[in-house]
Amino acid sequence: MTHRTVLSADDVRRALTRIAHEIVERNHGLEGVVLVGLQRGGVWVAEALGEVLHGIDPARPVAIGSLDVSFHRDDVGLRPIVPGSVTDIPMSLDGTTVVLTDDVLFTGRTVRAALEALNEYGRPRAVQLAVIVDRGHRELPIRPDYVGKNLPTARDENVSATAEGVTIA
Amino acid sequence: MTRLVITGGTVVDQQGERRADVAVQGGQIVEVGPDLAGDDVLDATGCIVSPGFVDLHTHLREPGKEEAETIETGSRAAALGGFTAVVAMPNTDPAQDSVAVVEFVREQGRRAGLCEVLPSGCITVGRNGEQLAPYGELAAAGVHLFTDDGNGVQDPQLMRRALEYAKPLGIVLAQHCEVTSLTKGAVMHEGSCCSRLGLPGWPALAEELMLFRDIELVRLTGVPMHFLHLSTARSVELVRQAKAEGLPVTAEATPHHFTLTDELLESYDAVYKVNPPLRTADDIAALKIGLADGTIDAIATDHAPHAPHTKEAPLDQAPPGMLGLETALALAVGELGLPIQRVLALLSWNPAAIAGVADRHGRPVQAGEPANLAVFDPAAEWTVVPANLASKSRNTPYAGRTVTGRVRHTVFGGTAVVRDGVATR
Amino acid sequence: MKHLLSIEDLDADDIHRLLELTDHMVEVSSRPIPKVPALRGKNVVSLFFEDSTRTRTSFDTAAKRLSADTMNFAVSSSSVNKGESLRDTIETISAMGVDAFVVRHKSSGAPQMITRWTNASIVNAGDGWHQHPTQALLDSYTIRTGLNRRDGFEGLHIAIVGDIKHSRVARSDVQAFTKLGAHVTLVAPPTLLPPSLDGWPVDVSHDLDSLIADVDVLYLLRVQRERMDDALLPSLEEYSALYGLTPARAARLAPHALVMHPGPMNRGVEMVVDPSELPGSVILQQVTNGVAVRMAVLFTLLGSGSAASIGDSQ
Repeated sequence: MTHRTVLSADDVRRALTRIAHEIVERNHGLEGVVLVGLQRGGVWVAEALGEVLHGIDPARPVAIGSLDVSFHRDDVGLRPIVPGSVTDIPMSLDGTTVVLTDDVLFTGRTVRAALEALNEYGRPRAVQLAVIVDRGHRELPIRPDYVGKNLPTARDENVSATAEGVTIA
Repeated sequence: MTRLVITGGTVVDQQGERRADVAVQGGQIVEVGPDLAGDDVLDATGCIVSPGFVDLHTHLREPGKEEAETIETGSRAAALGGFTAVVAMPNTDPAQDSVAVVEFVREQGRRAGLCEVLPSGCITVGRNGEQLAPYGELAAAGVHLFTDDGNGVQDPQLMRRALEYAKPLGIVLAQHCEVTSLTKGAVMHEGSCCSRLGLPGWPALAEELMLFRDIELVRLTGVPMHFLHLSTARSVELVRQAKAEGLPVTAEATPHHFTLTDELLESYDAVYKVNPPLRTADDIAALKIGLADGTIDAIATDHAPHAPHTKEAPLDQAPPGMLGLETALALAVGELGLPIQRVLALLSWNPAAIAGVADRHGRPVQAGEPANLAVFDPAAEWTVVPANLASKSRNTPYAGRTVTGRVRHTVFGGTAVVRDGVATR
Repeated sequence: MKHLLSIEDLDADDIHRLLELTDHMVEVSSRPIPKVPALRGKNVVSLFFEDSTRTRTSFDTAAKRLSADTMNFAVSSSSVNKGESLRDTIETISAMGVDAFVVRHKSSGAPQMITRWTNASIVNAGDGWHQHPTQALLDSYTIRTGLNRRDGFEGLHIAIVGDIKHSRVARSDVQAFTKLGAHVTLVAPPTLLPPSLDGWPVDVSHDLDSLIADVDVLYLLRVQRERMDDALLPSLEEYSALYGLTPARAARLAPHALVMHPGPMNRGVEMVVDPSELPGSVILQQVTNGVAVRMAVLFTLLGSGSAASIGDSQ
């Protein structure tokens, strides 16, 4: 299997910085904004964005949670599902603007499950979606609000997105 | 009159082993020798020709439980197993404690015409362990073996009286050894298996205590006793000792007790529930020694048919018992490692003597004897398929097992009631 | 995993996986809306041939939190009393489309038998004296969280006290606790022990006082009154004096020690002290954890199919 690097660690860092600024701009500041990373790949994204946002506005700490959507997936029973770490949402979501974060956006099914799961924790004012890579092949009417990179891929390729960079295998 | 000849086989009886054909006419053996001719031929190439087998312990279920077995279906199973006589256990409904019931059973057997059905009598009325059954009347009606099988006679005083009363009648009392206060609710052997499976245990002691008591009653009264289905190593030892002391005791063991262990109950399949229960490998080893050295006189099947739905219940609710008639020979031939003549002693002439029918069953294969014969291939392999059994029930513990030794023909009263493994009536 | 019949069928890794999944179920249960759609469309039927409101309710709650459809088949109102065989009952209900049966039966082995007559998953909710696997899992989970032992029970000493012989809880707990690495001592009069302990990785004691100060978990079993009729015990008073958790014994427990009981308790017999005054009592946590553990079990049996992936996970 060959790995092709499409974004370097620096590229990823720059993308995160840009996304952070877009979040601030779009929401007119950080009032009411919380970050929720999707287990497992979106958790580091939420944490990294949280750090950048703190640098932009240290006076407004952004709460960070993590969400496991295993029990909301539409393919329960069709394949082995091993939940990641336990969902941890330490803040109330009522009236907030939730920025869901994930590493790679693919069919959209995980995000659909996440939207449903979020309902059980409260009623956000708005939900936005931030991803490092959008690789296409959507199966549901879902689009990201913030994208690190749009990456055309073949369906059977594997995309990995971490703080160290983005590779295709 | 048709002359039936059994050709090409090896005759084995109490007198030894020889290559010979056997000619049968008018219900009797008329000639034994080389190259006999006749009107009707039963091919016995590769087979043993022996006296027919006698089962001391068959539950035919009629009257009362005809959904499990009838005297006809049970007789057919017996014939297919090479048996020419079976002792019908008395735990029918009504029980075989009166001349009327005993005559009914005998007559049904006669009507089926597949083997001789020998009704046993009860030791106590209704097998309730309270009042002596009318041994005198029953003995006059031809009953020789008396037992409350399924129940042991709990009261030592009553058992003593039973033996004393039986003394002048020349009958045999047969005991199902089980002290029931030790087996309350029990469904399997008491040991490590039942402890793990969470099932109430049936301790070996419950059998051995009653066996010991009865051996002492035989010593006291001098009246012979037969002990049904020995299952434990210590039981074998108790009988061995009693015989060494010259006491008139006999004993039987079943194929399932010398082939199967309590670990089979791990499946929780009630087909493995039997009374007394399957025991351990050590007990099997002791039973095999007892069968080899003459401590145990007979192999008896304890053929106990049960309608399928009754065995499809949890272990504590299902009735005990297994089919045995059609598999007994194969297990005796294939699992004991004994000379064929010893196996035949256990299946034929020893039990014939205990059942009191040595005048017509288990006889030497020679001219002038009644033609009750089994012809079996000791090397034939076959797979036990419950649906193919002649019994009305399906509760064999050997389903799917490949066994060695199969009956080819059975001749009862001069008639081939089984021909090439198929019952003719 | 198709069925959960006995802890014997699980290895330590299986148990750990179920307990880790239970963490998720505890989180789900703590949500403002404690319900997830994981088992939408699955039909879970409770089949209780022996009454047990608490276990049945616990399974029912678990199934509902996972959005399964649930049906209670109460045996008293069923055709079982009209002579219908167990097999007919199972085959008939199965024909209605059942994904899992939760079975409680007074006969050891009944759940295992039932697997022959249905394609549905079978969860053993207690059979005779044999097994009560979800009880053992919830007990293990309670110890895991109560003593903070996520990685196993190595070095823990657990005493199980009481009627071991007739206890499915004891049989299941011994297997679960020892598979997780604990050292288990059975404490009982010899008449309340199984006839053989061959192959049981346990110690046996008849003297609770000699070990009570050393145990990390004291697990008390219910002692039933009918045991006196079988000459297994002289009297409940004597049992209580020798094996009950009296105030004097409670005072000798280590400060961190947990006190557990599968319920329902016999106050004044095995439980002489008021458990609400015992700092180490986790008896109510056992009940709470029961729901989450049963969610984990149902999800594992019904939610973890093995067909090819159709999702977006790569």
